[in-house]
Amino acid sequence: MNKKFMLFSLTLFLALIASMTVAIMIGSVSVTPLHVWKVILSKIPFFTSSVEADWSRSQEIIIWQIRAPRVILAAVVGAGLAVAGAAVQALVRNSIADPYILGISSGATVGATAVIILGAFSFLGIYALSVSAFLGSFMAIVLVFLLSRVGGRISIFRLLLAGMAVSFILSATSNFMLMMSKEEGGMKAVMYWMLGSLAGAKWSNLFIPVIVFFIVFGLLWLYYRNLNLLLLGEEAAVTLGVNLQQFRIQLIVLVSLLTGVLVAVSGSIGFVGLIIPHIVRLLVGSNYKHVIPISALLGGIFLVWADALARVLIAPEEMPIGIITAFCGGPFFIWLLRRNNYSFGEGD
Amino acid sequence: MTLEAKEVSFSIHDQCILEKVSIQIKAKQFVGLIGPNGSGKSTLLKNMYRLLKPESGTVLLNEQDIFKQSSKVIAKKLAVVSQETPVLFDFLVKDLVSMGRTPHKKLFELDNKEDFNIVKEALSQTGIAHLETRSFSSLSGGEKKRVMVARALAQQAQILILDEPTNHLDIQHQLQLMDLIQTLHLTVVAALHDLNMAAMYCDYIYVLQQGRIVQYGTPEEVLTPKLLRDVFGVCADIQTHPLTGKPYLTYLSASHSNNFRTIST
Repeated sequence: MNKKFMLFSLTLFLALIASMTVAIMIGSVSVTPLHVWKVILSKIPFFTSSVEADWSRSQEIIIWQIRAPRVILAAVVGAGLAVAGAAVQALVRNSIADPYILGISSGATVGATAVIILGAFSFLGIYALSVSAFLGSFMAIVLVFLLSRVGGRISIFRLLLAGMAVSFILSATSNFMLMMSKEEGGMKAVMYWMLGSLAGAKWSNLFIPVIVFFIVFGLLWLYYRNLNLLLLGEEAAVTLGVNLQQFRIQLIVLVSLLTGVLVAVSGSIGFVGLIIPHIVRLLVGSNYKHVIPISALLGGIFLVWADALARVLIAPEEMPIGIITAFCGGPFFIWLLRRNNYSFGEGD
Repeated sequence: MTLEAKEVSFSIHDQCILEKVSIQIKAKQFVGLIGPNGSGKSTLLKNMYRLLKPESGTVLLNEQDIFKQSSKVIAKKLAVVSQETPVLFDFLVKDLVSMGRTPHKKLFELDNKEDFNIVKEALSQTGIAHLETRSFSSLSGGEKKRVMVARALAQQAQILILDEPTNHLDIQHQLQLMDLIQTLHLTVVAALHDLNMAAMYCDYIYVLQQGRIVQYGTPEEVLTPKLLRDVFGVCADIQTHPLTGKPYLTYLSASHSNNFRTIST
């Protein structure tokens, strides 16, 4: 089993690398895979001298400045949302949950709308949108968290309901700002933001999402035993030595941090955090020792391809990536739903 | 290892469920908790395994307050087979049993050979070694129960708390399970519905009624026609069984109990 799992992870990892290479090749100017890797190697200090520069300056810019950061961001956002989704599903012990259920995306939307429509945080320049979106999601999650506490303990039921209530209020806030705005362009920009896009990827704004992803991913993977126990229920978790209150708070902090950072750079891309964990459970079962790493790999692959499609489908225009994830994810999810031998976690 | 509840009180929405309940389980003792539905058996056990916190009173494990120790420390000493185990997400049997090792593992520690052997041993002790790669949801009620017991065994705790362990099991599996628990020589406290089971396996019995202990002692001392009438509201004939030497109860229907009354008066 362990050997099989290793082999499977390795296959997926290679598939991810291959997908990323192909995604860099695709676009209005096509490049060969050899050039992709040569350019990338030439940027890595140790290898610089070992590759011969047989590519043009424009090819280098397309590969290194434009496409590479975008594809890496796609992989990180996909992996991050999938892992966050898997963790949230364990936290609330419900498989219909996704990372946005705690109000994170609607909070981020308020922040983004404030920047786009009202011009808030303009002193931050190009970082205004990300910073404001992150602050919005942070505010939302703090509010939801405080509302879900009863007598010092977190009630999961209240957490879900508070998440919904806060989401409604914040969505109304964004919609109000949109309605009052006279600008057509602003409205379209907000809509684009809500559906998600990786077009803003640059090496300079890649650093924080990548670091946060790896930290949160590592911690969640280490916590796989506790996550498994959460899936079994409160009683099993308590009797097997999990400090439930403390662990739930840790989970909320980790998931919100990761989701907040990702949403801030990419908008609220839907469906990844919901369907990837389901597909993973279908492939490797419910054990989070396997669910966490496979979710990351599969989520990464999925979003790299979704973003590649987003770029080429209606070129030279760009399709918002949220439309693609929903169009690909929706039918698959329905197929999953109709399968008899897949347990959605509704018991027997 | 000893476990003790001292004057534990607990209420839900101002409704008093337990009122100053004290029970004591000595090392290697098999203690039964009996009482009608709603008498507070499960609530008492939940207070003793920290799922609920008593409003007043304490629970002592080896003379130490369990609420002043970490959940992990307690989980190494005390294992629980609770009444219902609704596993919503499907797991393999061996994965579920391996979860019993959780309190023994550090954050960075992987399962090693020793854990593997302990899990194997727990699976064979409960007679489910052949099911290890089956998914939990595909098992029968009796098999599921045995998986839960195997998980508790993998926990290697000295004290076992069981909440109606034989629920939903056929008679063969009821006996197998109780025999297994008896042969483990652990300190056991179990809430039991079947009074004949309680008579057969328990060293000591506490009787709960409306959140209070109304009687305690050996099965012979506790199980009397008067207690059954007063606490459970049934008439029963109680004999010492010639083979087991334990009290044996025969419940009497309304028509028989009239005869019974005429005979005994």
